[in-house]
Amino acid sequence: MIHVFAFYLFAILVVCSGALTILSRNPVHSVLWLILAFFNAAGLMLLLGAEFIAMLLVIVYVGAVAVLFLFVVMMLDIDFAELRAGFVDYLPFGMLIALVLLAEIVLGIGIWSAGPVELAQRAAPVTGDMPNIQAIGGLLYTRYIFLFEAAGLVLLVAMIGAIVLTHRARGGVKGQNIAKQNRRRPQDAVRNINQPVGQGVDLGGVEL
Amino acid sequence: MIGLQHYMVVSAILFVMGVLGIFINRKNVIIILMAIELILLSVNINFVAFSAFLGDLVGQVFSMFVLTVAAGEAAIGLAILVIYFRGRGTIAVDDVNRMKG
Repeated sequence: MIHVFAFYLFAILVVCSGALTILSRNPVHSVLWLILAFFNAAGLMLLLGAEFIAMLLVIVYVGAVAVLFLFVVMMLDIDFAELRAGFVDYLPFGMLIALVLLAEIVLGIGIWSAGPVELAQRAAPVTGDMPNIQAIGGLLYTRYIFLFEAAGLVLLVAMIGAIVLTHRARGGVKGQNIAKQNRRRPQDAVRNINQPVGQGVDLGGVEL
Repeated sequence: MIGLQHYMVVSAILFVMGVLGIFINRKNVIIILMAIELILLSVNINFVAFSAFLGDLVGQVFSMFVLTVAAGEAAIGLAILVIYFRGRGTIAVDDVNRMKG
């Protein structure tokens, strides 16, 4: 009973916050609704028994992606009212497309559910003798280790790409050139002379 | 009792919500990126639901890779957005023709 109640609570909240994400006037509100949607999706995944993915969703989406969105929305000085100009024009066509798509998907689900789900063989069956996170860890670090490392590579490429894209060299900044400092030798920079009394110092040809 | 179809319907509604968000916020690329996140979230719900109901853990492993791609896509997308804003002073993307492609 509590399971059914929790499912409908999370499902309704995730759908409503998803709708408000795309309909909000203010993008900051959109990001906050998106965070609510992520939390409720994590709740749905908890109901399914996928604790690890649920926690990952909270950590990665809410902790990193949503905060990144919030940061960018607040950092850029954008006139959001002007961006909303064509909203009403696009709404009927968008609704039409969305309704057709939804009808097709629900029809597909209805037709598919006519038959029972029975797999002849499972790739990684849930045995039930170990917790979800232990089972996923055992799978991820053994059979899918190369895929796991490829995922790390994807993140590395994304990180380098983001840095390269947004980095800019500022002019007029005095920075320290360590290589140049280390290359400097005393014989290039220092000159010992026996200076006679009463004569000026000849600075010609000396690079100070 | 809650079955696989319930989760699939929730996921389908969320997916359609993401597509609708791309259509109606055609100018505001930040909302478009958020709509893409919604789409990827709905795909993740589907993966995890199938994984749970079929008793096969591979769906959850794959869902983690979808999460990875979503995070990378958000980072790159927002970086492109920042440099676009730096050059143009706006993020209206419905008439982007900078590369004359």
